[in-house]
Amino acid sequence: MTALHRGYIAAPLIAAVWTFVIAITVAVAMSLVTGDAYRPSLTLSALCGAALGWAALALPGGRAVAGLCGAAVLGLTLAGTGPLVTEGAGPAGRLVAGALAGAGIGWPLAHILRAMPRGAMGRHEFEAAVIGLLSGIGYIFFTAIVVIPFYVMVMTSLKNQSELMLNPLDFSIDLSKGWALFRSYGELLTEFNFGLYLWTSFYVSVLTVLITLLFSVPGAYAVARLRFAGRAAFSRSILLIYMVPMIVLALPIYIAFSTTGLRNTILGIVLIYPVTTIPVALYMLQGYFRGLPAEVEEAGLMDGLNRLQVIWRITLPLSLPALASVALYVFMIAWNEFLLAFMLLDDPSKFTLTRGIASLNSSEIPRQHLMAGAVIATVPIMVIFLGLERFMTRGLTAGAVKG
Amino acid sequence: MTEPTPPTGRGALARREARLAWSLLFPTIAAVALVVVLPLFAVFWISFKPVGLADLRPPTPMVRESLRTRGAVPELEYRLRNSSQDLEITDIFLSDTLPEGVSLTGALPDFCRLDGREITCRLDRMEGGYNERFRIAVTVAGDIEAAEAALEGSLPAIRGSSDNILTNATFTLDNFRRVFDGGEFLATLGVTLFYTVFGTIGAILLGLFSALLLNRSFRGQGILRGLYLFPYVAPIIAVAFAWVILFDPFSGSANALLVQMGVTTGPINFFGERPWALIMVTLFAMWGYFPLCFLFTLARLQSIETDMYEAADMDGASPFQKFRYLTLPMLLGILSVLFLLRFIWTFNKFDDIFLLTGGGAGTRTLTVAVYEQAFAVSNIGAGAAVAVVIFLCLLLFSLLFFRFLSREEGL
Repeated sequence: MTALHRGYIAAPLIAAVWTFVIAITVAVAMSLVTGDAYRPSLTLSALCGAALGWAALALPGGRAVAGLCGAAVLGLTLAGTGPLVTEGAGPAGRLVAGALAGAGIGWPLAHILRAMPRGAMGRHEFEAAVIGLLSGIGYIFFTAIVVIPFYVMVMTSLKNQSELMLNPLDFSIDLSKGWALFRSYGELLTEFNFGLYLWTSFYVSVLTVLITLLFSVPGAYAVARLRFAGRAAFSRSILLIYMVPMIVLALPIYIAFSTTGLRNTILGIVLIYPVTTIPVALYMLQGYFRGLPAEVEEAGLMDGLNRLQVIWRITLPLSLPALASVALYVFMIAWNEFLLAFMLLDDPSKFTLTRGIASLNSSEIPRQHLMAGAVIATVPIMVIFLGLERFMTRGLTAGAVKG
Repeated sequence: MTEPTPPTGRGALARREARLAWSLLFPTIAAVALVVVLPLFAVFWISFKPVGLADLRPPTPMVRESLRTRGAVPELEYRLRNSSQDLEITDIFLSDTLPEGVSLTGALPDFCRLDGREITCRLDRMEGGYNERFRIAVTVAGDIEAAEAALEGSLPAIRGSSDNILTNATFTLDNFRRVFDGGEFLATLGVTLFYTVFGTIGAILLGLFSALLLNRSFRGQGILRGLYLFPYVAPIIAVAFAWVILFDPFSGSANALLVQMGVTTGPINFFGERPWALIMVTLFAMWGYFPLCFLFTLARLQSIETDMYEAADMDGASPFQKFRYLTLPMLLGILSVLFLLRFIWTFNKFDDIFLLTGGGAGTRTLTVAVYEQAFAVSNIGAGAAVAVVIFLCLLLFSLLFFRFLSREEGL
């Protein structure tokens, strides 16, 4: 048993780490929201945390621990010291930061240390506390890395160039501006043709979905149900296609399209997108078709339907959820596709959204426009994703192929 | 009565079924062959050709016809030109109709003939950069303006055949020599491997960690699961630019935060200087693709029977022991599949680095090199040669992939 397995050593250590983590989190969050200078202090966090850890061991219940820790951190922050250094922040900012830090330190700490004895402890208690600490850090870490880029994207699109240069951390929104906040969006939609690009992206994606399903449903059915020589080899080599990098294919496709005049046409894009999605759609669907009971189809065959009628009247209605997953997944791929659109489209009247955003990436166009474009491209796919998450998640799991 | 024998070979029904299967698969096979297999062969072919971006437009003969009055005499002028500066055109044929009221008085060039109102010319060859004028004196009956308008209304037709560099029999190894020349190739390969190996491992570790976090039911679990998938669902171009702006050296929030917190003294040009740029694009790969690993690992975690854990609890296993001796072995299959898939896809990745750094500051991977050679340097042949190298590497990985996949169910 090492020294770490003693409550009076483990508890202050864990509490110190947790206090510092929360101090960083609150400092980053408050800085990004208000633009004021919040800073975590390593030494003060460690001291403060260690003290709280000892106190937590001495106190009887979890609620008391949480209350004490919260109140202590809040008080220190209000006094202008403690784990969080708040230079230049007003009293209101201090109050919010202190409350956040107090709640963020007190309640989880009480939870992490709840089973920890004062003296020697067993593996179980020790590991449970470590796992509690790691889980807390994990939730904060993953939420932060996902949320911050999207937050910056949305907030940048609402600011203007001079505000951004003045204080890159100030993402506070001046609500009194009203609709003027959305100026970049208005300019994109009117001057930069983004309304048209949205529409182009939308119908290109829908066409891609339809063509993909048209090709992959019969193919998947054949692979799943019909016996023919080379079936196993075929169902495997479908996946092999995904080992081919798009940039390798894009080169000859560019040459072929240049010489046949398909470059710079939506027709060319609609011809090429489905081919990149057909194999994965076929792979996903054949897995689903295999799971359907063959007896139902055989009954249909006995009753005088031919194979195509069986597919249309029996298999397809039974596999609507799978079709929805595949359709959403293909839609997502087509909507997000950038490389082919970038290489094959030069004419601004034929851009898809992703190609349109790429054209905004120049030094002459202010960056809030770029970010507004990014938001315009992201919001529809996110809305679809959140609304139909069940199908989408299944599609992602079954397909797993975006490259 | 003869002994009944079981039928041998394939019966009519089986043959019909196979025929139906192939006809259902035919559209897919045809499309894939046209867009995947054919281009692959094309890449191999082009990689041995000395072809640049400009060669994609084959040389064509051009003609301009005009009616001028030089002194008092109206003249018909043909200006013949080769669109290419260095490639020749052979078997040129020109035809034109003289408008009413215009008749020739001067002599036609010796390679042309007049037949009624039809002028036809045959020229054996135009060398590269050919540009000649032929003037023929004419008389115009009536208004000269009207004749000019009529002349412009009927354009001469011209055609010729030229040697297409893509289809002729000139081959060269220059492209490969260029690719492998100097230490540049090794540097590119090193960057690619760093990006691929660390990007893959990082994404898998992050995915594993986040899946373990969400493998319990609590309020808000669904929301967090959706949230953690955001980086994967959002368009790459949108999140890549968000990163670029977030880490901008002058007005990026990340630098401002780091300076404010006292981590660095001055701003760091994250996407513009070595070795930061490579580290950042690798972090971006981890960030962008951990959701996929998360999703798969979580699905596998949730399918593990709880009995095993109950038995382990009875035996007094600690949480870490349960993870090490129960969970990890159960996850090994999916993790190795994820490793192979992500390894190959990260190796193939082009968009991310292209959007983040454009391949600068020591982030030139093989896929970026394809683009750079083919479009920035306009040497399509060299780009194709890099593509061939990529393809050969992938062939190697695919062999591995198939060996593992045949053992792994579920993907």
